[in-house]
Amino acid sequence: MATIKSAAIKKTKRPELDEGGMGYLQSLPRRVVTVYLPLLVFVIVLLFPFYWMTITAVKPNLEMTDYANFNPFWVVHPTFEHIRYLLFDTSYPGWLLNTIIISTAATFLSLLAAVFAAYAIERLRFSGARQVGLAVFLAYLVPPSILFIPLSVMVFNLGLYDTPFALILTYPTFLVPFCTWLLMGYFRSIPFELEECALIDGASRWQILTKIVLPLSVPGLISAGIFAFTLSWNEFIYALTFIQSSENKTVPVGVLTELVRSDVYEWGALMAGALIGSLPVVVLYSFFVEHYVSSMTGAVKE
Amino acid sequence: MAVPTVAVQPRPSILSRSLSTLAESRNALGFGFMLPAAALLLVFLTYPLGLGVWLGFTDTRIGRPGIFIGTENYQYLWDDAVFWLSVFNTLLYTISASILKFALGLWLALILNQNLPFKSFFRAIVLLPWVVPTVLSAIAFWWIYDSQFSILSWALMEMGLIDHRINFLGDPENARASVIAANVWRGIPFVAITLLAGLQTIPQSLYEAATLDGASRWQLFRYVTLPLLTPIIAITMTFSVLFTFTDFQLIYVLTRGGPVNATHLMATLSFQRGISGGQLGEGAAIAVAMIPFLLAAILFSYFGLQRRKWQQGGGD
Repeated sequence: MATIKSAAIKKTKRPELDEGGMGYLQSLPRRVVTVYLPLLVFVIVLLFPFYWMTITAVKPNLEMTDYANFNPFWVVHPTFEHIRYLLFDTSYPGWLLNTIIISTAATFLSLLAAVFAAYAIERLRFSGARQVGLAVFLAYLVPPSILFIPLSVMVFNLGLYDTPFALILTYPTFLVPFCTWLLMGYFRSIPFELEECALIDGASRWQILTKIVLPLSVPGLISAGIFAFTLSWNEFIYALTFIQSSENKTVPVGVLTELVRSDVYEWGALMAGALIGSLPVVVLYSFFVEHYVSSMTGAVKE
Repeated sequence: MAVPTVAVQPRPSILSRSLSTLAESRNALGFGFMLPAAALLLVFLTYPLGLGVWLGFTDTRIGRPGIFIGTENYQYLWDDAVFWLSVFNTLLYTISASILKFALGLWLALILNQNLPFKSFFRAIVLLPWVVPTVLSAIAFWWIYDSQFSILSWALMEMGLIDHRINFLGDPENARASVIAANVWRGIPFVAITLLAGLQTIPQSLYEAATLDGASRWQLFRYVTLPLLTPIIAITMTFSVLFTFTDFQLIYVLTRGGPVNATHLMATLSFQRGISGGQLGEGAAIAVAMIPFLLAAILFSYFGLQRRKWQQGGGD
């Protein structure tokens, strides 16, 4: 198995192209103007909101509004008051827990459905598999913003309103098509010969799936899983529509609807909430950044 | 058979053999494997889509089932200036944000495609705005755009470029520009990283050959990079346009459609009328009105994809 595995992985990996190419023909000053300077501007603009979020989250209220005496870009007396307030005086930990439970359950459910669907479409090639594959792709293009009103009616009639199940069952509407599409691309990269060998050796389709295809597609499964988790973590419109009570809310909805009170904006707590709510996906992302990038580009390239 | 990699099964009995024939039949097995995904999607995607169209023809409100009223919702919307304003806003928002995202994303992709030190580090950093939840980064923008304590206003005033604070979200024109800027900020990474992946599949030898033929830098870009990148541009921009057109979160956080409906998109108007206002029928009608635009975008991209076949030298 080990040799098969490494052979398959070698085959799926794109050969390294000679990047760099004719870069040596450029002089250094030219490179500074055409490459490094614009890159610096891009990085600063793209990262500034995160810096601003972080610095505000640890800034005392006094410094936050007094631009005359304190440079707003820096913090003189950092404080954990906002974070303490957020974690102990609001329902924030509960929202975090809800988000984790809902995202994990929705990811698991979608991945399970998507593995079977993708294998059936890509490898069993039943009659109409191509059309089903196209339908799955089209399903991914149906946006939540045209589904949330009918779904809210359904959720209410099914008695799921204001329960985590309302979200666990509706998130797969965008997760299943996405994961299926991503895994289809991955399964396509596994050589047919491996399955044929196993068939000749008397393996059933189930054995082929669980003992050959799935072990070889672990990287693809990880990509799909991370992606599905991130998408459910970031979901907003369903969570805003289907959840009513404060203790059932998810992080994005909770931060926006519960921390903003009348006219007094608790900017420090809001920024701390946004920062802590972003951390799990950022940490997950930084661990699997290669999977993330390759699955994102892979899914688009298909 | 000499080297079995999977345990060989004992010879099956007649009954289990017929069962296993069924299990090996592509269609029966395919149906079984498709079942979980198909059930989820039919119940929670296809059915609601139909239900949404039906709701658009009824006067359903929250807590009260409606009756069929024909096209009354659409007739009402046809004469509703706010609805048309939201259509205009959505088109303006989608078109300007997409053009900016494409131009800046392509530029960033071209920069990242150079032989840079810490290349993968930059690639990872650049994708961050796309990874964090939109609502949470939108809250950061809300604070950046604050009417009193906006850091942008302060910085520009310190530099002496402006003499009074900019009212980012209070003035209709400024509000439109501000939400578009926030959307572009979030969208650039997606465009850049996907286009970067496309750029990396273009062989360097083509550039070398073109350079030997005396091509200028612009000609290299125009006649080598762009044609080879067209298929992936078509797909990336379709996704980008679809998601921008149906955007909801950013507007909901930053302006909720204000000031005086200047930033209302069709999605936010649909939410406001359907959920906040309780007029589910009317909200559904607004959502259904988005479908023709989405179909147009998908068809446009479909023909973009068709070009891909002759570019790769294959027939249909």
